[in-house]
Amino acid sequence: MSSRHSPPSPPRPPHSLLAVAIVAATAVVLPVVALLVDAPWSRLVEVLRSDVATDALGLSVVTSLAATIAAVVLGLPLALLLARVEFPGRAVLRGLVLLPLVLPPVVGGTALLAVLGRRGLLGGPLEEVTGLVLPFSTAGVVVATTFVSMPFLVITVEGALRNLDGRHEGAASTLGAGPWTVLRRVTLPMVRPSLVAGIALTWARALGEFGATITFAGSLQGRTRTLPLAVFVALEGDRDTAVALSLVLVAISLAVIVGLRHRWWHEL
Amino acid sequence: MRNGPLLLVILLVAACTPDGADSSRDTLRVSAAASLTDAFTAMATAFEATAPDVDVELNLAGSATLVEQVLRGAPVDVLATADARTMQRAVDAGVVADPVAFAHNDLVVAWPAAGPARDVEDLAERRLLVGLCAPQVPCGAAAREGLAAAGVRASPDTEDIDVRSLLARLASGDLDVGIVYASDVPTAGGAVEAAPLPGASTTLVIAPIRTSPAPAQDFIDFVRSRKGVEILRDHGFEAAT
Repeated sequence: MSSRHSPPSPPRPPHSLLAVAIVAATAVVLPVVALLVDAPWSRLVEVLRSDVATDALGLSVVTSLAATIAAVVLGLPLALLLARVEFPGRAVLRGLVLLPLVLPPVVGGTALLAVLGRRGLLGGPLEEVTGLVLPFSTAGVVVATTFVSMPFLVITVEGALRNLDGRHEGAASTLGAGPWTVLRRVTLPMVRPSLVAGIALTWARALGEFGATITFAGSLQGRTRTLPLAVFVALEGDRDTAVALSLVLVAISLAVIVGLRHRWWHEL
Repeated sequence: MRNGPLLLVILLVAACTPDGADSSRDTLRVSAAASLTDAFTAMATAFEATAPDVDVELNLAGSATLVEQVLRGAPVDVLATADARTMQRAVDAGVVADPVAFAHNDLVVAWPAAGPARDVEDLAERRLLVGLCAPQVPCGAAAREGLAAAGVRASPDTEDIDVRSLLARLASGDLDVGIVYASDVPTAGGAVEAAPLPGASTTLVIAPIRTSPAPAQDFIDFVRSRKGVEILRDHGFEAAT
């Protein structure tokens, strides 16, 4: 494309704003750089091989994956309901479903205790009938994590579903495909990019979950102490481990951002 | 106006710059373990009444965090930790001089007031939900001493680093039994009941930071005075022997 025909580029923003922008960028980048400087590089492998670290990493991987699967299994039908079915109070339901996105996670954990705690609405009966106690258990970590991360999946997929104009699905129906077939072979493939992005965001949120987990499931190595909780505990006196585990989380977060870059920034 | 944004930046930077020392009053920065929250808040007020030129600023956190802050150069004048072992790190680094014991905090077996009474053996019960402090904090280390003395092998379901959050779990009934400080129980407003755990207590230690001004020692003397001991007793601590 010759420069004679390209459109004029927009004027540069005022210099003072750019100065503020540089300060802002520094404020965001410096903490991560400081973490890298602070890291116990000579002991990193030893620290990451310790029981504390491997237990936390294992728990984080298992519970975040379980929560992501649960979020898809429960969230996909919910997204379909919110996008495709008209019913009174739909807007209210959507608001409530998205509440965990904005709610402080500790509040989410407290709410979960109110439902599933020993003295909760369902917790008591659940224990009596099945003997299952969700608080302070690994399953409890999955419950808390699903609660806070499912909205990410719902909002992403619902948005994509709403953007479909329905022509292709309509055509498939007319040609004799039943609802399940339409879903499987037309709808879902058409929202695949959003579904993938939604799953990635859900998983990233699940990995970083702290407040709801520590409130609802507690903190015990090997059972409920995921990576973020392990960092929190390690800060009391074992800084090397805290920084090393933090670096693991930073690395995973960066991987998610880089992996999703085409969705968010087209030029990256 | 054209220079509006620049002016805004200058104002923001100026607002964030700390102002110079207030010449009319001295600020005494006291870092104290979280278990001393209520006791030292009262202590600060009482001390300020005896020294009107001094403003006490309390910095409350876990003992290990406080020591970490001081080691990294935080501007603190007095350090009070929940056990001597944590203070030792500051001593070894040469940052504090001559720590002195100023109180004991006994540990107790606690349970929700709405539930049945528990004893130390219940901490080994797998079907009960048991809470302890993490072993790396003073409360947790002392709890394990008490458990060892009682010959009980606890099966904890959660290990909190913040004893107050452990207390909150007991108060709400989410845990069946736990070990907390004697001084914490009254702060739950009757929601938690407790019984003593023999052989388990921590000794709280206080020290001035090496380069701190005179009011630091005045504050420490006040804490160890009769009035200071009275305040500590009112908040559930025992005097250092």
